[in-house]
Amino acid sequence: MSGEASKAISKEVLWGGGRSPFSVSYGKMMMWYFLVSDALTFSGLLVAYGFSRASSTADWPIGEQVFRALPGLEGHYPLAYVALMTFILIVSSVTMVLAVEAGHRNDRSEVIKWMGLTIIGGFFFLGSQAWEWSHFIHGSGGCFLLAEDVSVTGPDGEVFEMTAGDAVFMDHHFGHLMEMYLAGNTSVALTEEGGHVVLTELGDHPHDAHLHGLTLNKFIEGETVIEGEAMMSLWNARSNDFSFGANLHDSEYAVQQSYSDFFFFITGFHGFHVFSGVIINIVVFFMVVNRVMERRKHYEMVEKVGLYWHFVDLVWVFVFTFFYLI
Amino acid sequence: MERDDLIVNDSYALNAHHSEAEGVAIRKKIYMVTLILSVITAVEVGMGVVFKRSETFTWTAIKWTFIILTLFKAGYIVMTFMHLGDERKNLRNVVIFPYFMFIGYLIFIALTEGAAHFGLDLKFH
Repeated sequence: MSGEASKAISKEVLWGGGRSPFSVSYGKMMMWYFLVSDALTFSGLLVAYGFSRASSTADWPIGEQVFRALPGLEGHYPLAYVALMTFILIVSSVTMVLAVEAGHRNDRSEVIKWMGLTIIGGFFFLGSQAWEWSHFIHGSGGCFLLAEDVSVTGPDGEVFEMTAGDAVFMDHHFGHLMEMYLAGNTSVALTEEGGHVVLTELGDHPHDAHLHGLTLNKFIEGETVIEGEAMMSLWNARSNDFSFGANLHDSEYAVQQSYSDFFFFITGFHGFHVFSGVIINIVVFFMVVNRVMERRKHYEMVEKVGLYWHFVDLVWVFVFTFFYLI
Repeated sequence: MERDDLIVNDSYALNAHHSEAEGVAIRKKIYMVTLILSVITAVEVGMGVVFKRSETFTWTAIKWTFIILTLFKAGYIVMTFMHLGDERKNLRNVVIFPYFMFIGYLIFIALTEGAAHFGLDLKFH
């Protein structure tokens, strides 16, 4: 006559009975559910990246070649900066879990200390990401595409059969002035004579940039610098298609735009999570400072915001592996 | 309805406060996990720099090593830092089970489709 729904259920097993099905508070369980759905979103993004990469017939840039600069230093340090960012985020996750632990002991001053350090770590990570984005957008010299097929010999005697449409990369100093020159900046002049290409900036701080070498395969395995006459044959075969750094329309890193688009979207979406995490951390920090948790007699709010913060760290661990390492 | 996040004397596992002595043991575990995570990250970066990409079996093995090490890291973060290891088994399954099911499937299907797409591009370009 009546189904299961009409049966009387003991109040003991309902939320209204003051008991949770999972022995956690409502707020904590909902935080877990939110994180489950958010993790599915990030999984979708990373899987989409995997799809693009698996289906790409053009060369796909590799992390060690693209991300090898350190702020204020010349030279190459493959993945060092990303490793530093990862370490900063792991350490801030540790200070967060220490804040949660201190909360379980009702030790207000320790919660304040560890949460404060977590917020500082979050700002360090955001700052690092800002620098990385800036470096990625500006690029490291730019490239031009060849207008015709050229065959050049590398320093080891290896012969490179370059075809029209292949990218050839300039060094940082030359590329910087070249970008200004192509943009129509009248203070930059280009002179070519006797196998020398020189760009001269006549502004307040006049200086020259000589074309010393052009690089092949810069962002994939097998980077080679070509100099001398072979370099000039590459230079003379250039088309008008130059790319400097990356934006949403153009990229020096790869023929296909999807590589930089995924970089912007995935690290940007993660960075937005870090940013909101820092904001929520600051709010809870001031709740602790204002003794809100003391009145509640527990620090579960710290634990909930901690879950979110660890999740941000967790996502970065996967981004680090799938975007930078593999 | 009473807000359960304001309940003072509930019996939820993680609202239960712990003593100074228990805190020492928990902190020891936290520092241990920190060390493990840092060492794994350093090993991953080292491997990424040392080994060159190629079509060989070595690089495939390295890639799988990266993935396995990453899953280890994720496991430590979720089970220790996020305390999922201390929660009820039901909650643990509700959080983890969707991944083995949906994401495992999604990865399989996207990589299979991606590889097929790659073949088509080569054929018709």
